[in-house]
Amino acid sequence: MSEPLDDMYRDIILDHYRSPRGRKPLEKADVTSDGSNPSCGDEIFLQVELDNGTVKDIHVDCRGCAISVASASMLAEVIKGKSIEHAKKIAEVVRKMLKGEGTDISDDLGDLDALQGVRNFPVRIKCALLAWVTFMEGLKNHEKGHGDVHTRVSTEDDE
Amino acid sequence: MESKTKNKQTAVDFESCRLEHENIKADFPILSQTINGHPLVYLDNAATTQKPRVVINALIEYYRKMNANIHRGLHHLAEQATDAYEQTREHVARFIGGVDAHEVIFTRSTTESMNLVAYSWGEANIKEGDEIVITEMEHHANLVPWVILAQKKKAVLKRIPITLCGHLDLSDIDNIITPKTKLLALTHMSNVLGTINPIAELAELAKKRGAVVLGDGAQAVPHLPVDVKALGVDFYAFSAHKMLGPTGVGVLYGRRELLEAMPPFNMGGEMIREVRFDRITWADLPHKFEAGTPNIADVVAFDAALTYLEEIGMDNVRQHEINLLRYAIERLSELDGIEIQGPQEYAQRGGAISFTDTEIHPHDISTFLDSKGIAIRAGHHCAQPLMRVLGKVATARASLYIYNDQADIDALVEALKEMRRYFGI
Repeated sequence: MSEPLDDMYRDIILDHYRSPRGRKPLEKADVTSDGSNPSCGDEIFLQVELDNGTVKDIHVDCRGCAISVASASMLAEVIKGKSIEHAKKIAEVVRKMLKGEGTDISDDLGDLDALQGVRNFPVRIKCALLAWVTFMEGLKNHEKGHGDVHTRVSTEDDE
Repeated sequence: MESKTKNKQTAVDFESCRLEHENIKADFPILSQTINGHPLVYLDNAATTQKPRVVINALIEYYRKMNANIHRGLHHLAEQATDAYEQTREHVARFIGGVDAHEVIFTRSTTESMNLVAYSWGEANIKEGDEIVITEMEHHANLVPWVILAQKKKAVLKRIPITLCGHLDLSDIDNIITPKTKLLALTHMSNVLGTINPIAELAELAKKRGAVVLGDGAQAVPHLPVDVKALGVDFYAFSAHKMLGPTGVGVLYGRRELLEAMPPFNMGGEMIREVRFDRITWADLPHKFEAGTPNIADVVAFDAALTYLEEIGMDNVRQHEINLLRYAIERLSELDGIEIQGPQEYAQRGGAISFTDTEIHPHDISTFLDSKGIAIRAGHHCAQPLMRVLGKVATARASLYIYNDQADIDALVEALKEMRRYFGI
């Protein structure tokens, strides 16, 4: 097997792909956000429950390729329990890492480090980004005071 | 041409196909390379085909010996280049069943051919309340121009649905194609399902009801003997690059009477007879529709592709594809979790094989196969409405051409087996 392939489909990615986290829909959601990449067919639906400035719970339903599903699952795992500010910071670090805008990662990214391999496959970066951008857009709308409005996000336009 | 099939036969058995192939592959320099450590297996022919040495050489020879701007030059090179360019036009006219060369317009692509008809004929002929009929299996090239035209003109866009097997569903055709229908625009062969549509029958019906008929031949002309007069279409479009020719050359065949009545599409040089500041007269066909310096070199080299295909014989091209398609479908059917889209009867389909894996996304399939040197395509194949009808977000598509052989299919099947192990399924 060629190395770049194994570097993208690392064991951790395949594990998240086979058993995605955060699949249980939330009864109460403060943030709801939709994302889709029509050219891939990747689709994501994301709910966040907030409590006193922290992400109390998160639900992510992602239908798509292994990379988009694994990335969304990782997001659910990492973000849950974090303060909103911390969550935003992590999302920004992941975005920068995927876009190659600097690898100065001071946070312990844990499993998220596995997404680095995607950078060798430029057309797949948007798949890995989708969950994170959808999450950030949802938060942004919530802060503007319309968290219950569905936002439609795509990472295909800024390739 | 380095090699060719010696005898014209309509029933080629598997064995002779394989022999045919070994020679044919050698004509395509690109196919001899390795990708990711594996010999290249090129199965993305519905997107574009590879080029034989004769076509590559024709391009080089054109630039080395003949390059000049055409039609107005009064020097030796200009005359040679003009002759070569016009010779391809005549060749295309013969290749599609012997039409008048004035009815052959060179464009940039099949898409541009569609746009030419939409903007020139469509603008002048479609009115509010008119009906434009398309099918559910159209490529965006034969869909978006009509959606936009219909919106602009307040015309009604109607569509012929497809059956579960991937054929056109003609059960309600009398309510779809009506006396209000001004245009029927349909694909001759689906780039996703491989379905070969009964275009002649539908053209006959549509014309009885007064409609103009446009065929999208992008997938058909490279793979089948095509006679546009026998099909009964008014317009027919295809591209050179899907049939061994260079990129950047599209063809629009149009019935002379229609083309003559149509206004030009692009304005500028080449397409005029006389220009004054207040009055302009258009050039005759086909130049009226070829404003500006055309893609001379690629048109000239396209001639070599047509000759190459003729020497093999389009009947043989088709027969080979049927044989290989049968083998591919049989082998793919052995695999757990692989679903093939489109008709299963070989006689009614071409070599574009769309498939899905019940567990693995098409993009992961494509990435995995690429690591094995196998080039296929994954996505919506520029047919998003069809994907919705099929209930798929995307498919993987392996598509065949003359240089593919059973070994290519075997490589695909083995890689798909390994893929399922890799993803732990």
